[in-house]
Amino acid sequence: MAVLTMAKAINDGLRAAMERDPKVLVMGEDVGKLGGVFRVTDGLQKDFGEQRVLDTPLAESGIIGTAVGLAIRGFRPVCEIQFDGFVFPGYDQIVSQLAKLHFRSQGRVPMPVVVRIPFGGGIGAVEHHSESPEALFAHVAGLKVVSCSNPVDAYWMIQQAIASDDPVIFFEPKRRYWEKAEVDLSATPPPLHSAQVARPGSSLTLAGYGPVLKTCLEAAEAAVADGHDIEVIDLRTLSPLDLDPVFSSVRRTGRLVVVAEAPSETSVAAEVCARVQQECFHSLEAPVLRVTGFDTPYPPSKCEEDYLPDLDRVLDAVDRSMGW
Amino acid sequence: MSTPQDWTPPTSAATRPGRDRPGRDHVVAGLKGTDEGGADLVQLLTPEGVRVPDPRFDSYAADVDVEMLKGLYRDLVLVRRFDREGNALQRQGQLGIWVPLLGQEAAQIGAGRAMAPQDMAFPSYREHGVAWTRGVDPTDLLGIFRGTDHGSWDPREKGFHLYTIVIGNQCLNATGYAMGQKFEGKVGGDDAEATMCFFGDGATSQGDVHEGFVWAAVYDAPVVFYCQNNQWAISEPTERQTRVPLYKRAQGYGFPGIRVDGNDVIACLAVTRWALEECRTGNGPVLVEAFTYRMDAHTTSDDPTRYRLADELELWKLKDPIERVRVHLVRSLGVEPEFFDDVQAQADELAARFRQFCVDMPAPAPDRMFSQVYAEGSPAVDAQREEFLAYHASFEGAS
Repeated sequence: MAVLTMAKAINDGLRAAMERDPKVLVMGEDVGKLGGVFRVTDGLQKDFGEQRVLDTPLAESGIIGTAVGLAIRGFRPVCEIQFDGFVFPGYDQIVSQLAKLHFRSQGRVPMPVVVRIPFGGGIGAVEHHSESPEALFAHVAGLKVVSCSNPVDAYWMIQQAIASDDPVIFFEPKRRYWEKAEVDLSATPPPLHSAQVARPGSSLTLAGYGPVLKTCLEAAEAAVADGHDIEVIDLRTLSPLDLDPVFSSVRRTGRLVVVAEAPSETSVAAEVCARVQQECFHSLEAPVLRVTGFDTPYPPSKCEEDYLPDLDRVLDAVDRSMGW
Repeated sequence: MSTPQDWTPPTSAATRPGRDRPGRDHVVAGLKGTDEGGADLVQLLTPEGVRVPDPRFDSYAADVDVEMLKGLYRDLVLVRRFDREGNALQRQGQLGIWVPLLGQEAAQIGAGRAMAPQDMAFPSYREHGVAWTRGVDPTDLLGIFRGTDHGSWDPREKGFHLYTIVIGNQCLNATGYAMGQKFEGKVGGDDAEATMCFFGDGATSQGDVHEGFVWAAVYDAPVVFYCQNNQWAISEPTERQTRVPLYKRAQGYGFPGIRVDGNDVIACLAVTRWALEECRTGNGPVLVEAFTYRMDAHTTSDDPTRYRLADELELWKLKDPIERVRVHLVRSLGVEPEFFDDVQAQADELAARFRQFCVDMPAPAPDRMFSQVYAEGSPAVDAQREEFLAYHASFEGAS
């Protein structure tokens, strides 16, 4: 057992993966000497050297594009994109090469590349530092997309993502980097692409991922006072989605609220809603509701408290669902 | 930097009496041919078919004897032949599109034949000649243009990556691969390797090419950036991409750039050998600009008469990459007509095989689209496949 922040849990996970497989590389801007702007890669270059922890030139397409070439050569690169809003220069390489090479080569060229992206808001940052672009990746065939919400998952999921022979976009909720938890380093983790029940309950289902999971758990706790026994599901995997736990939960509760920081239209949350109405039509006691960011660019940070789904907005949606 | 050794053309080259002049069909290249590409152009075989000395690069072509040159000639002719067949197959509806390499045969054969088996090539989508040199059967290219696959060869087995269609993407992929070669210690030793990255003049405007140059430079990656400047990016001439000659860009990134006559197969071979040697010995990267000309359309969907003058094409025909080798073989090396007849017969045979293979290609099964989307599968894709197959099966027995 160790008490770890999420940042340290990912760091330990990276270290474990690098010790296990000499082909694992860490690459990105400022990941070496500095240890990353969030210190997630702290100390790795010191211990593994400059050929396994690469301080790269400042170019995201270069990071992804060379990682693709390294993967063709047999390496397993773990790329860090410094902030969510900076991934777009690399989006072409992600969509055109990383996602498609396995299919294009009919399995001859696997792409075991992880792209780590600190995402989401709530840290009072300037523009382009608080975005939630996960739907743009979940929509791309050939990519797998996951998001951790706590230090325990962070430790295991990063190792599982690195071990995967498919490219994985790994979204890290940056405002939760300093949340702590006890991590059992000898535990057997659930599969990477599985949703997990984070809190059992019977009267309503809350489904979320990444930074809002904590908000969902707080809402469930607060709703106890109103007599609601809320089940919280951590989606964890956004592509492919693992919705069986959500379906079985909704079949019991009859009510679902999906929570995410990203804008609502054409989002991961929207996909969850569509699939639940398809699979649980006769179980639903109320329309499936969403609590999300708005369909606006991420606002100036003085407005972000109103943009982000918070406890009150989640509870408001719970009330609307329960009162239907 | 390695120091090229001086080399003098062997004086024993066969120049038998009566055979030192080409026939009427062969001299057309010699009538008006002029050099293009400026004073820095490396050229070892003029458009008129004359082998000219070059103190810097002759040593890299010292082994090009008559037999080797005959082999290169055969490469050029066979590649052009199946390329022409590709055009014809498109016109007859057997291919959705073909991307002709006409005019660029020497640039590709010279570069490809300079490579060692352990080297890796990252092509664009016009590199049929390089594919040929890497042992990719021409029929393996057909699926891409017929719409049955995205490239059916094994990239690692052939040392030839799949065609990259997004312009410039492969420059970063090649650089990453070359970084891997370096990380694995495959630079400087007896087992040294290098990477070749192929792209065109249009691609030099892409950010990925610039980033590839930056990365290769700062990591000393053993990669040869081989730019075939064929003067046209679909309808846009090179002056729409650059103010300076492309090879001069390398200087700004801190590595050597060199311009070679891309229609001179001996020069392309020699310069690429030098560039690969630089990379293998730890002096990479290198930029090679092969100055050539796209003698056909961008693709079979393109109409170059809308944007360029026929005169230009006529001028470049005088610098044809195949004719000058033929003239040299005949006039300077005394090769008999039977050789050329034999190569022509081989070319026709290849074209017939290429054509037959094409028309016989089966359409892929409908569920091909679900195949190998992921290495470790995906329940979502599996479910869609099952649903799709059930939908298909529902029509069975229906009239």
